[in-house]
Amino acid sequence: MKQNIRIGTGSGWWGDRISPAAELAKYGQLDYLCFETMAEATISAAQVRARRDTNFAGYDTYLEDRLRAVLPACLANGTKIISNQGWINPDAAAAKAIEILRQLGATGVKVAAVNGSLITQQVLGLTDKILENGQSTQTLADTLISAEVYLGAEPIVRALGQGADIVFTGRVADPSLFLAPLMHEFGWDPLDHNRLAQGSAVGHLLECGAQVTGGYFVDPGFKDVERPWDLGFPIAEVNDDGSCVISKLAGTGGCVTLQTVKEQMLYEVHDPAHYLTPDVTVDFTTAKLEMVGPDRVRVSGVSGKPRSPTLKVSMGCQEGFVGEDMFFYAGPGAMRRAKIAKTVLLKRFKIVDLQSDDLRIDFLGLNAIHGLATPADAPEPYEVAVRVAARTRTRMQAEKVGREVDGMAVSGIAHTGKRVPFQDRVREVIGIWSSLVARDAVQATITISES
Amino acid sequence: MRVKLQCLAHTRSGDKGNTSNIAVFAFEALFFPVLREQLTADRLKAFYNGAITGQVTRYEMTNIDAFNFVCEGALGGGVSRNLGLDNYGKALSAAILGFELDVPDGWGGLLRGPASEKR
Repeated sequence: MKQNIRIGTGSGWWGDRISPAAELAKYGQLDYLCFETMAEATISAAQVRARRDTNFAGYDTYLEDRLRAVLPACLANGTKIISNQGWINPDAAAAKAIEILRQLGATGVKVAAVNGSLITQQVLGLTDKILENGQSTQTLADTLISAEVYLGAEPIVRALGQGADIVFTGRVADPSLFLAPLMHEFGWDPLDHNRLAQGSAVGHLLECGAQVTGGYFVDPGFKDVERPWDLGFPIAEVNDDGSCVISKLAGTGGCVTLQTVKEQMLYEVHDPAHYLTPDVTVDFTTAKLEMVGPDRVRVSGVSGKPRSPTLKVSMGCQEGFVGEDMFFYAGPGAMRRAKIAKTVLLKRFKIVDLQSDDLRIDFLGLNAIHGLATPADAPEPYEVAVRVAARTRTRMQAEKVGREVDGMAVSGIAHTGKRVPFQDRVREVIGIWSSLVARDAVQATITISES
Repeated sequence: MRVKLQCLAHTRSGDKGNTSNIAVFAFEALFFPVLREQLTADRLKAFYNGAITGQVTRYEMTNIDAFNFVCEGALGGGVSRNLGLDNYGKALSAAILGFELDVPDGWGGLLRGPASEKR
């Protein structure tokens, strides 16, 4: 058994940079490189796309770019890859990887596809209440697009146990992607709560990539970071007890400090003593953080409690459309023109009978980001965008937003700046609801193929 | 001496459904009791002036001198439904940096940030 496992982050979200992953693969001396590319609505959006576009393969659209960037180094260094880039089709992701491996002349590489998280057909029979509103999940029957259970680390551990070098999953809880190789390598018992909690903390700290190495952190004069244009992705050096050191490649920009680790520790966490994952309930309130060298933070003491008997299921539903657009004012009196433009738009929406469930007209530059939380005494901006968005039941209603903004070009206010209306100003809304399913109602399956 | 939170703490927000968690981290352990006393859940909610429509719960982490404010109804119905431009509310944690607190006059040298930003 190895004394110490080195895990790196290959991506913290779908749109993440690719070159830091390539650098980690080359120089990180990694045992594992893990990719996280799913957001809450990713699967449902992929389902919608798959219905319309028969050429859409169903896995992460950047899968090939990411694989080609890291595979040669991973093969040379014996680094295994774990990735949730399988989205709605882990089998197709695995097949693509096999194709690329063969092109690279790499034979005998085992690629696993983990299926079982998609339960769209069964979900209404397996669930009771919607967590957000207490209503029956049956109320979603007519609009349901996709339902996915958040699987834990165990199916990935099984795939690794069967010799997989590369693992593609669908929906898996983000920290589980990183916990799985630790359970596999150290032989942790799935009910060893403290080790699993510590390993899940490693995963939680790594799952958003550069957010623990100086990304989403820089604030000049308060939190300064070197070379913020070249942030290195994180590495965790993990011991058998789950304690670890978070670091990054020497020579990369960014930093790993107590501050960056603390911020990421609470990112997307609610009760820090009860952070629920499919594998364990994590208690961050016992964590101990120590700076043990430049860009090196040791994390220990995270404790665990038994996992919940249920798994979270996420359900994406069709919920209509959003129409949005913006136009601009600048110079002396920019705000006074923006305000009358808002009045004009509100009148126009009455005239064209815009039917919306929600409507916002904000002044970008003043209050479009913080909304009501904008201080009453905020200074007037020199430039301002009037930004309008409406949520509607039908596409036709949503299109009225862009059409009325078009009207502001020649029938609007003095000095109105406008974009050429080349972009799609309507998007579909996929509402996300959650519920719980019994753990034993979900069976993950593993398929292994070889290049 | 009255100072903005940005001189005492750094913050980060994350999304889950229609809930945003705004975590506040004291730059110095010394600042932590002041935050505990003055930055209550009720005051944070009031400071957001209607932008948070639901309950705000404050969790305390003495091991890392941090508070986690879990703010329900802060994301316009959830990331995909949110009509705001910042769908995930990743900029939401910046607003609270302007919250003002009373601190001992002797703390001047400990406060973070450029001198021009200290008040």
